[in-house]
Amino acid sequence: METNVVGVDQSSSGEPSAPPRVHYLNAAYGIGSWLLTKDHKRIALLYLLSVTFFFFIGGFFAVLIRLELITPPGDLMQSETYNKMFTMHGVLMIFFFLIPAIPAVLGNFLVPMMIGARDLAFPRINLLSWYIYSIGGLLGMGAVIFGGVDTGWTFYTPYSSTYSNSNVILAALGAFVAGFSSILTGLNFIVTIHKMRAPGLTWSRLPLFIWAHYATSIIQILGTPVVAIAIVLVALERLFHIGIFDPKLGGDPLLFQHLFWFYSHPAVYIMILPAMGVINELITCFSRKRIFGYHFIAGSSIAIAVLGFLVWGHHMFTSGQSIYGGFVFSVLSMLVAIPSAIKVFNWTATFYKGSISYQAPMLYAFGFIGLFTIGGLTGLFLATTAIDVHLHDTYFVVAHFHYIMVGGTIMGYLGGLHYWWPKMTGKIYPEGWARFAALVIFVGFNLTFLPQFILGYLGMPRRYHYYPEEFQVLNVMSSAGASILGVGYLIPMVYFVWSLRYGKASAQNPWGAHGLEWETSSPPPTENFEKQPIVTHEPYDYTPKPEEVAVV
Amino acid sequence: MWEEFPLIPPQASTFAERVDMLYYFITGVSIFFGALIFLLVIFFAIKYRRRSETEVPKPVHGSLALELTWSIIPFCLAMTMFGWGASIYFDMYHRVPENALEISVIGKQWMWHFQHPTGQREINTLHIPTGRPVRLTMATEDVIHSLYIPAFRVKKDVVPGRYTTLWFEATQPGTYHLFCAEYCGTKHSQMGGSVIAMEPAHYQQWLASVGAQAEAAPTDQIAAASPVEAGQKLFRQLNCHTCHMAGPLGMGPSLIGIFGQRVTLETGETVRVDEAYIRESILAPRAKIVLGYKPAMPTFQGQVTEQQIMQLIAYIKSLK
Ligand code: HEM
Ligand SMILES: [Cu+2]
Repeated sequence: METNVVGVDQSSSGEPSAPPRVHYLNAAYGIGSWLLTKDHKRIALLYLLSVTFFFFIGGFFAVLIRLELITPPGDLMQSETYNKMFTMHGVLMIFFFLIPAIPAVLGNFLVPMMIGARDLAFPRINLLSWYIYSIGGLLGMGAVIFGGVDTGWTFYTPYSSTYSNSNVILAALGAFVAGFSSILTGLNFIVTIHKMRAPGLTWSRLPLFIWAHYATSIIQILGTPVVAIAIVLVALERLFHIGIFDPKLGGDPLLFQHLFWFYSHPAVYIMILPAMGVINELITCFSRKRIFGYHFIAGSSIAIAVLGFLVWGHHMFTSGQSIYGGFVFSVLSMLVAIPSAIKVFNWTATFYKGSISYQAPMLYAFGFIGLFTIGGLTGLFLATTAIDVHLHDTYFVVAHFHYIMVGGTIMGYLGGLHYWWPKMTGKIYPEGWARFAALVIFVGFNLTFLPQFILGYLGMPRRYHYYPEEFQVLNVMSSAGASILGVGYLIPMVYFVWSLRYGKASAQNPWGAHGLEWETSSPPPTENFEKQPIVTHEPYDYTPKPEEVAVV
Repeated sequence: MWEEFPLIPPQASTFAERVDMLYYFITGVSIFFGALIFLLVIFFAIKYRRRSETEVPKPVHGSLALELTWSIIPFCLAMTMFGWGASIYFDMYHRVPENALEISVIGKQWMWHFQHPTGQREINTLHIPTGRPVRLTMATEDVIHSLYIPAFRVKKDVVPGRYTTLWFEATQPGTYHLFCAEYCGTKHSQMGGSVIAMEPAHYQQWLASVGAQAEAAPTDQIAAASPVEAGQKLFRQLNCHTCHMAGPLGMGPSLIGIFGQRVTLETGETVRVDEAYIRESILAPRAKIVLGYKPAMPTFQGQVTEQQIMQLIAYIKSLK
């Protein structure tokens, strides 16, 4: 670690007599200065707190689920309780953790910094979106406290609209409200990226993290309204028995699935694209290389965003939709695999002839590549109609989407959090512990979810509380893995908090990284930069200028 | 060892082997590419590890040829998977053999009702003969369910308001899991039981023994009547015959020989008389009015169960 500290931050560890440097964290004190802040960096920290809170509540439910599944009969809790557990796990993790995590925490902090702006285009709207998100979260929590919901996070009708007698409306309202926060953040990013780039920062000089957030924002503002409408319709049917989804009232149950997946498939890209954006930054920095195929990576983000809107029907191969529809969705799903493959190959090629160091963020990036590759390849099985017929709604699907969304997104999120932690807090975390945690998470993750692929092909359906005895061995492996994984996620919590008090002060640029965010002090001043930066280089300009290269 | 830790479920239908072959193909491709990526990443990470702080890596910017290669090869492989999968999918969901044994299925929170063409009913257990295609016509009384038999590699959702069908041909006698795969509420995970595939002769014996039992002591689960007989009885009970069997001057069209024909509607369109059309005519008679008749038929919504509708349909089908 020490070897990498390029320079010691003058202002924070200077002579004891000098007054402490003013930065965004100590510029104002008191709860009010946080709750009314318009500083994107402080808002990012507010999000960090709330997102972490929901992650651990959602994780708590996951632990209970895995505990229950150690034995075939449901001996720990009743079926109804079990169903509420996996529903809340899904709802909290998807709507209140995975979707906001990277954009709202890292994106909020970094988008303005990376493009050399003082703040987002609409600072007040940014604060508003945190409040909206929190209100959504409280409604979701309310649903849990007042008895839970048992529909699954997919809210399939007519179960959710007519039959379930749980707090569907409250939970759906939570997701609905949180959606507005997502839309507002997306709008804010798009305007900011268009209007507030530093002089010289052309589109082809944009960091790939920004490209990824740009693509994500487009999905957020186009897709979220659709799921919002679907949710409102469910509520209308529940409350006023308007026939929309229940055929007994004259509705069509498959309509809901179309509306739901029209948003929720692209939503998986809302989760994964920003993670890919983070990985680009980590890989270039820790191999000291320009990314291989910059334009292909940027283009593939946009391709994924566009194609992602055309594949929702692959969740419905067994629903009785037209088989020709099935063929079209199958082909299109195969096409989305291509830009994802392009990214993986380009990352791999970036390592070629690099100068690779194994700092903690890089270990998370390696972990990301491993988990994302497995998740992506198993997507091919599900996109193949005949195989999906057998695998649909089994543990294979559970494993697949955890590899992509949970493995991929959380590895990206944690990698990014480690990488920018010194910038955000001005503190250095213990490197050894961080590497150890990355390893524990990787091992725990694979032990948890690899057996589930086999379970799925053997035919264990998802959302099962009771299961046949022959599936027990694999379930026990999965539960054992989950406990390791749980510990893995807790360790960073501990040392991050520890570092706030005991961590060494960080230099302005501890990794020797390129990018505007490293050209200001750590933690940055409230206005981000002392003077307006001007961009004259390509991104990831790790290659020395021709005159500097003596011998190659 | 693999007996105790199987990696695939038993192969017990004509689809199973075809699906598994494709599965092995995709697994092979995935392992190849997965291993390629992992080995390259590990190899590069070791070979090009940072040796000194001042090290200058060699600039490599990109290569159009490489980008094209690693787009086109995956594309071709993906299209192979698509085509191969599509051909099985087509047979599975579209090419139903003519001579299939027709079994009707009703899903209900939280059990499966089956009825054989000769009348035998069962719950959560389905007896079928091997070596003969079986076609399930499925409906649900409440929410979406999904009938899943892993050993046969088949699954199909059962959607409120419509009929879905599923067919398979069992190859191995045996007892296999039967699951509900679409989350359907509290006891979703207990909704299911087994499929018992038997040699055709044993199946006949089974049918006879259940039939005999039923005649001795008819219960709800083991009915004596075949769907056609039950349908005929219902047809009278519900007074359908007063309009539909009154000859050419009846209030409603005659139903004799109607199944499979096309009828002309008031609007001038024609529709084919199939299960879904009959069901709609019973539940929402005004949706499609046959040319020359008044919209006089009352709805039977709420008066008949899905099971009874299926019996009525079986009866109408039998009217030659
Ligand atoms: C970008 C990364 C991806 C993410 C975040 C992702 C996420 C998900 C999620 C959340 C599900 C679960 C749906 C459920 O609850 O039933 C799912 C299922 C599915 N995924 Fe992915 N996926 C990704 C990549 C892919 C790729 C590359 C393919 C195709 C090659 C693919 C094909 C499928 C299919 C066909 C299903 C439906 C399976 C079923 O419901 O039976 N996915 N994915
Ligand atoms: Cu069910």
